[in-house]
Amino acid sequence: MIGLQHYLTLSAMLFVLAIAGIVINRRNLILLLMCIELMLLAVNFNFIAFSRHLGDETGQVFVFFILTVAAAEAAIGLAILVVLFRNRRSINVDELNTMKG
Amino acid sequence: MDITSFVAAAPEMTLLGAICVVLLADLFVDDDKRFITFGLALASLAVTLWALAATAPEGRIVIFDGSYVSDPLSQVLKIAATGFVALSFIYSRDFLAANGLHKGEFYLLGLFGLLGMLIMISSNSLLTMYLGLETLALAQYALVAIDRNNVTSAESAMKYFILGAIASGGLLYGISWVYGVTGSLEFDEITAAITADPSLNSLPLWFGLAFLIVGIGFKFGAVPFHMWLPDVYQGARSPVTLYIASAPKLAALALTLRILVDGLGVLHDTWADMVMVIAVLSILIGNIIAIVQTNIKRMLGYSTIGHVGFILLAVFCGTAEGYAAALFYTLTYVVAAAGAFGMVILLSRRGYEAENLADFKGLNARSPWFAMIMMFLMLSLAGIPPFIGFFGKLNAISAVLDVGYTELAVLMVIVSVIGAYYYLRVIWYMYFEDAEDKAVLQSSADARVVMSLNGIAVLALGIAPGWLWALCQQVLG
Repeated sequence: MIGLQHYLTLSAMLFVLAIAGIVINRRNLILLLMCIELMLLAVNFNFIAFSRHLGDETGQVFVFFILTVAAAEAAIGLAILVVLFRNRRSINVDELNTMKG
Repeated sequence: MDITSFVAAAPEMTLLGAICVVLLADLFVDDDKRFITFGLALASLAVTLWALAATAPEGRIVIFDGSYVSDPLSQVLKIAATGFVALSFIYSRDFLAANGLHKGEFYLLGLFGLLGMLIMISSNSLLTMYLGLETLALAQYALVAIDRNNVTSAESAMKYFILGAIASGGLLYGISWVYGVTGSLEFDEITAAITADPSLNSLPLWFGLAFLIVGIGFKFGAVPFHMWLPDVYQGARSPVTLYIASAPKLAALALTLRILVDGLGVLHDTWADMVMVIAVLSILIGNIIAIVQTNIKRMLGYSTIGHVGFILLAVFCGTAEGYAAALFYTLTYVVAAAGAFGMVILLSRRGYEAENLADFKGLNARSPWFAMIMMFLMLSLAGIPPFIGFFGKLNAISAVLDVGYTELAVLMVIVSVIGAYYYLRVIWYMYFEDAEDKAVLQSSADARVVMSLNGIAVLALGIAPGWLWALCQQVLG
């Protein structure tokens, strides 16, 4: 029988994968944006699992808000990416290093 | 749903309505008449202040099924946040106009950010808090990137966006655990659930709490989650840095107090240790790394980290006096920091940002009055009496002493002394070095008057700090 802890474990694995993707990936900013999206989806998974377990709809409502905000966030992230690419001709993570100290 | 709900949330609704008016009006304004948008933006802030004054709550009013709260604390923070946004608009206008950045978007994003701050300050549930936080954060990401042809702006916007999004993700993950354990998102109900069933106060809840603190640390810019802060302060154009460095700190304080005190106050023993660790790291690393900086925006960025450490140490005490000290410290720090960034803008001109410490050399010979104002601001940030920063530090240290952490109080005094070095160095440059840049200051009369008032305010508040301290104690009593 699949219980709450299985969902929570899967969600935690997705969350860790997203963090690992952000930390390990040194090449492409688009991948970073995808990892951020994965992170939010892991949180959604958690909310739905808890909501079902508690028999309380608030968690599912929260998921709708997260999805909406994630869409707005992705739009701004991609806009900044375009600005960066126009200035630098590169979206390499390693090259984000003009400021030091 | 009765009418009182709408009255208590009137300031936010007024501001939103005013933003829509500015948004539409700006479409019909030519580039050379952009001062009309500026005037409308200031008028919307004035209307918001009026709405705040007209709906001042007597006590604590909880509305919208417990997701929104209006109390004296929110009133004080909202008035201050609105005022600081107005201040940053006034300081910014000349610089934006001189550098071809005088667009309606700056004011509109600033106003939307303020709306997010007001929602955060008034939130009584984790959902409202998250929505306010994102409204503020999305406006800030776009503001940092507002100069589309500037490489460092774009780079710092990207860094800010990625780290901010990770912070939001961490905060949300923490929220999901707190929701799962307590079964509610509202702060009152979370407290009630934990009080009713002490067995909830166990590992799963602490796990969520740790993620919440990571999110708070990121938003406040506390070590070890501070990586974005110096880069964003340095990379963003000075008006944006001023905006980010002033009012959002009040919203970050609201985030901390609402979640940790209103929501999870019963877990004080658990979160106090985590907050203490990041606060101590912040005061040490912020103040020490600031010494080696040559860029004043970056230096003030590291000094912000140090000040955030002081605020978090006051919160760590867990007493009413500690929370009042945190509020007092934040308000007084933001007055001085807004002035310091305003001075960077005042010394800048077309195609040139006075962002290096060397640009302040010989300021006394160029403008004795503004050299004195800058000296007031620096002495206040350093915490030297009779300026207001001294009383902020004094209150925070005495709150820590009252809960019996003598070693911490000694450490706070020592880092204050270390911190004084780099503020005093600015004063040394202004008075005892020869100017490299001899240009005449070009800012307009209103910015000069407001800047002078800002500098005088840190002195006047320092001479008579009693009423502000009494106010802080009253709203958190």
